[in-house]
Amino acid sequence: MNIHEYQAKALLRHYRVTTPRGEVVYTAKAAARVAEELGGSRWVVKAQIHAGGRGKAGGVRIGGSPQEVAEIADRMLGSTLVTEQTGPAGQLVSRLLIERAARIEREFYLSLVVDRDAQRIVVIASAEGGVDIEDVAQRDPDAIHREEVDPGVGLLDFQCRKVATAIGLGSRTTSFTRLLKRMYRLFRDKDCLLLEINPFIEAEDGELVALDAKMTFDDNALFRQGAVAELRDFEEEDPKEVDASGHGLNYIALDGNVGCIVNGAGLAMGTMDAIAHHGGRPANFLDVGGGASPEKIANAFRIVLKDPNVTAILVNIFAGINRCDWIAEGVVRASRDQAIAAPVIVRLTGTNVEEGRRILLDSGLSLIQAEDLDDAAAKAVAAAGASA
Amino acid sequence: MSVFVDRSSRVIIQGFTGQHATFHAEEAMSFGTRIVGGVTPGKGGTTHLGLPVFNSVAEAVEETGADVSGIFVPPALATDSLLEAAEAGVAVAVIIADGVPVQDMVRTKRYLSGRSTRIIGPNSPGIITPGACKVGIMPSHIYLSGRVGVVSRSGTLNYEAVSQMTGLGLGQSTCVGIGGDPVNGTDFRTVLQAFEADDDTDVVVMIGEIGGQQEVEAAAWAAQYMSKPLVAFIAGVSAPRGRRMGHAGAVISGESDTATAKLDAIERLGHRVVRNPADIGDTVLRATKELGGHGGGA
Repeated sequence: MNIHEYQAKALLRHYRVTTPRGEVVYTAKAAARVAEELGGSRWVVKAQIHAGGRGKAGGVRIGGSPQEVAEIADRMLGSTLVTEQTGPAGQLVSRLLIERAARIEREFYLSLVVDRDAQRIVVIASAEGGVDIEDVAQRDPDAIHREEVDPGVGLLDFQCRKVATAIGLGSRTTSFTRLLKRMYRLFRDKDCLLLEINPFIEAEDGELVALDAKMTFDDNALFRQGAVAELRDFEEEDPKEVDASGHGLNYIALDGNVGCIVNGAGLAMGTMDAIAHHGGRPANFLDVGGGASPEKIANAFRIVLKDPNVTAILVNIFAGINRCDWIAEGVVRASRDQAIAAPVIVRLTGTNVEEGRRILLDSGLSLIQAEDLDDAAAKAVAAAGASA
Repeated sequence: MSVFVDRSSRVIIQGFTGQHATFHAEEAMSFGTRIVGGVTPGKGGTTHLGLPVFNSVAEAVEETGADVSGIFVPPALATDSLLEAAEAGVAVAVIIADGVPVQDMVRTKRYLSGRSTRIIGPNSPGIITPGACKVGIMPSHIYLSGRVGVVSRSGTLNYEAVSQMTGLGLGQSTCVGIGGDPVNGTDFRTVLQAFEADDDTDVVVMIGEIGGQQEVEAAAWAAQYMSKPLVAFIAGVSAPRGRRMGHAGAVISGESDTATAKLDAIERLGHRVVRNPADIGDTVLRATKELGGHGGGA
């Protein structure tokens, strides 16, 4: 789960990490008022959307007067911001963060992440801040410093000093150590997967300030992070994905035309790959999970069909703890609930497969039966192309 | 022989009296698995499925001589159960739960480092040595005893690959589901090492996913130290960047994390790669034939 920058900064301040002074606003009038209250001569207006790449897309602007801040805010609010991470549809801007502009001496990159390869929490730091860290990694891998944290003892002071020295903050080790250890505590307390400050800056007065903040939380830990879970902003998510998660389905919208209904995350990805191998493009990833009831399958159809690009639907079920008869009943129920114009290709195998096939046959529905994964993918791609 | 579990494994089930645990314990017993009891705190002294129930893993191990534990408890409690099993001296602990907080696993792995307990999972379909022992939730009937070792993150993709192989008469020595989580107990390389050392395995299939570099590192190890042919498939060629594809571990966060990049890297290391998941069985069959034709059903 992701949260907004202003929410992440509030959490950081709670852990006594310095951020610029600012406030979130929903109207241009409030933007001017906040600028007035913050004082100073320059303010940053930052669109609050979850996707990155805001700066390049015009979602971060500087105003030189409260009047100008209001004008910028007026243009930004209600606009759709298209960044390299939003996809072509973009994301509606409905709230802004107004901050007093900081006087920057130097910029750095600093993040904490649960690293799959290390199987631990890792600190990543670079003297090259404010730019895309992936670009830095590609251009100059030596400019990135990594420090693994032993979960038995936590992040140690000497490790912080090492990182500080590596990124050219050797003269500021005390304040840097304080900053990094506070970030680590936040990361650990709140079950983060990522806490990225890009950039954090050394201000003209020498203070270390988190100028931006991005936080991702472990969905698996939200059951014990009630306050964090409340920060979820459904407006930032695809409504189909929100609908799906409400029914225990894992759905991710893609941009192809073959709708997919599959059990298991691995097989769902494998099915997408088989479709791609046959020259088609999947419209979505959808994992119905284990023990899928007929109702769940019917909901899966409803959600997949909300996507207007879908011209064929492939149901691929390898039933282990699932039951083919339930899946078949779900297919029948879905076609009773709504008219399905797109051809439906069904591949059923595993537990109770004979009963499942019989239910489909008896239903009189015109379904395309497939023998195996390859057959299913080939037929789905052909059907999607033919009906497109 | 086989890896991690075999006919002599004495298995207990943690969370024994729960609905899913009961269902899968019965399944495993009908498959020939030697389940010797189970643990449900508070229900010690009763019997379930005709087997003794204990309050703690230590008691269960003491009374039954169990050396393998199938952990069927909810994700929030899974690492606690795992640590209890390890403390009790269990040799292999299998965690099925999907949804274990990742930092719990980070801490648990640290606690267990230097101990001998082999952890399989979390978010795993389990482990199965066909004809001998099953600790998990996979559909038993698709498996066939034989000489192909299978290691995968995903459960259903494991089933898909196995059913293709079984359909071609290619049996399996052991199938290990290491789980779909980013931090897991046993990585691909460790399983490849076990298969290399196993006399009953001739060919190994590795089924990975987008995210991380575990598969590539395992393949690099295999290129140097493994004498047996390795066939690899990586799911998610068509997955978008930055999105979690069901499994918590399946997210592309860098260029080298993509399925294509990993498949290319593994191919450059000299292994066979499968680009279409429907071709896994055929590719294993070709690898087996080149070995001289043995490798089918036992």
